[in-house]
Amino acid sequence: MNAIELFELPFMQRALIAALLTGLAAPAVGTFLVQRRLALMGDGIGHVAVTGVALGLVTGASPLWTAVLVAIAGSILLEVIRERGQTNGDVALALLFYGGLAGGILISGIGNESAASLQRYLFGSLTTISVDDLLVTMVLAPAVIFLCLGLAPQLFAVAQDQEFARVAGLRVRFYNVLVAVLAAVSVTVAMRTVGLLLVSALMVVPVATSQQLTRSFRTTIAAAMVLGTLASVGGLVLAAVASTHDINATPGPTIVLLALAGYVIAWPVGVWTRHRARLRAPFPETVPTDHEPAGEHPHQHGPRCGHLAVPHDDHVDYVHDGHRHAEHGAHYDEH
Amino acid sequence: MPMTPGSTPAVSIAGGAVEIGGRPVLRGIDLDVGEGDFLALMGANGSGKSTLVRALLGLRPVSAGEVRFFGTPLDDFGAWQRIGFVPQRATAASGVPASVWEVVAAGRLTRRRLLRPLTRADRAAIEEALEVVGLADRRRDAVSHLSGGQQQRVLIARALAGEPDLFFLDEPTAGVDLPNQQALAGALGALKARQATVVLVAHELGPLAPLVDRAVVMRDGRIVYDGPPLRDHEAHEPWFAEPHTHHHHAGPSHRDHAPRVASPLDPPNGGVR
Repeated sequence: MNAIELFELPFMQRALIAALLTGLAAPAVGTFLVQRRLALMGDGIGHVAVTGVALGLVTGASPLWTAVLVAIAGSILLEVIRERGQTNGDVALALLFYGGLAGGILISGIGNESAASLQRYLFGSLTTISVDDLLVTMVLAPAVIFLCLGLAPQLFAVAQDQEFARVAGLRVRFYNVLVAVLAAVSVTVAMRTVGLLLVSALMVVPVATSQQLTRSFRTTIAAAMVLGTLASVGGLVLAAVASTHDINATPGPTIVLLALAGYVIAWPVGVWTRHRARLRAPFPETVPTDHEPAGEHPHQHGPRCGHLAVPHDDHVDYVHDGHRHAEHGAHYDEH
Repeated sequence: MPMTPGSTPAVSIAGGAVEIGGRPVLRGIDLDVGEGDFLALMGANGSGKSTLVRALLGLRPVSAGEVRFFGTPLDDFGAWQRIGFVPQRATAASGVPASVWEVVAAGRLTRRRLLRPLTRADRAAIEEALEVVGLADRRRDAVSHLSGGQQQRVLIARALAGEPDLFFLDEPTAGVDLPNQQALAGALGALKARQATVVLVAHELGPLAPLVDRAVVMRDGRIVYDGPPLRDHEAHEPWFAEPHTHHHHAGPSHRDHAPRVASPLDPPNGGVR
């Protein structure tokens, strides 16, 4: 079978739609989590959702719905612990991490569920997604995207500065819980794509990649959504193409590694641009000190002389060998 | 300054007390701030200035007494667009890059309706706020690339963007260099000219001193002076406060609400001057 025939298969088309929606929704929520410095929250919720999946498998209910419900309950609990406790949320996360994972494995063991059925949710199995699962994804993912973008000004303000947001009359607790619930929903939506144990990667890695290169929140969230989509659809296609060559690449890890590859490419570019911006930041205006001409200076500075030119007050300082030289008549001054 | 009888104070607290973790921190606080006042709330570190402002704004519950805004009890008050708040923060940056314009635009949320785009009036107010603090040319820059003093001006512009009539500024001059303090004084002067009411928490007034028309000095959770402006050294006289040992706040009383991180891979404090 070649790649074209593979994409004509219904399960593959379902997988593509699910990957596209997940790739858009997960980084949209993830941006607000990263902004609050709660990058690992998606991971914590993912672990809690394991319990939900196990409950669904054991009781015969749809694992997707039980996972959504348990993940929402877990995320609200997390938010409450975070608000009441004096910790930064990391202890609350740790409690949920282990409780959720242990609960899920214990419950599925008691219910005599095979490890393989739980594993489909732990590591994703895009290609076994059912029509019902797809329909749920097609309702939940657009809802997440709509709320994240529609309420972006409010969510941004709350994540940026809670105290200011409260004095601005925003219902901070409502928005905190909303972000937690949106994260829970997108975790469960993404669990079929990348799996519960890797879900946080799709929420956080595209954001980390895009913020290497962006200066504003709007471009960060937009670029993260584009990168997330590229990673999830690209990873699925890569894995599918590999499978036609008899390489057993599972889509979930392929998607995550592709997203990480994007970060590895963007990182040095980001380091370089930030370094450059730092060097070129204007020198602060200061009260003029005594006039101090530079010594012997045969070189003529100019826009194309190759030395770093930094704005300083109403003129330009040329930086070389630890000196800042400013043109003054026929000579240069030390600034 | 005694108020003219009959006028409603912009903000008032009567018999106010605040407890933190069961320990009384503020006791017996009575304060009326008349409309148009420019009040400096002064005192040593730990004297309760910031706690008082946070209690006035409802960020800390009062254990006794009542706070009123424009005559309305705090619990019933809903006109938050009339209040501007500049919190005490070391930085305006958060975990994700945000441009100066975006942070200032957040101040406009008090007047925006849900799910509606910015109106022309919103954009004009954001623009004006940027002009007042002198950062209009930096609007596209990431806030984390600005100096500490410039970030403080961004936070002031954010409060200005909501066009409030009552301002609370919590230590806007702490750790800010002189040119930035002067820019700040310019922005606050523009506010005063518009008859705004200003409550300024300050350790030292510096270039802001000429604007102040009433000083309140706190010591150990009580108000010990309320009257005409004092010069900096007077506010730190021994009969007001503990002997003044440190001018610049480096002590643990400064809570860092959002640690400054430019990027996970930048060296600490490397990015920002």
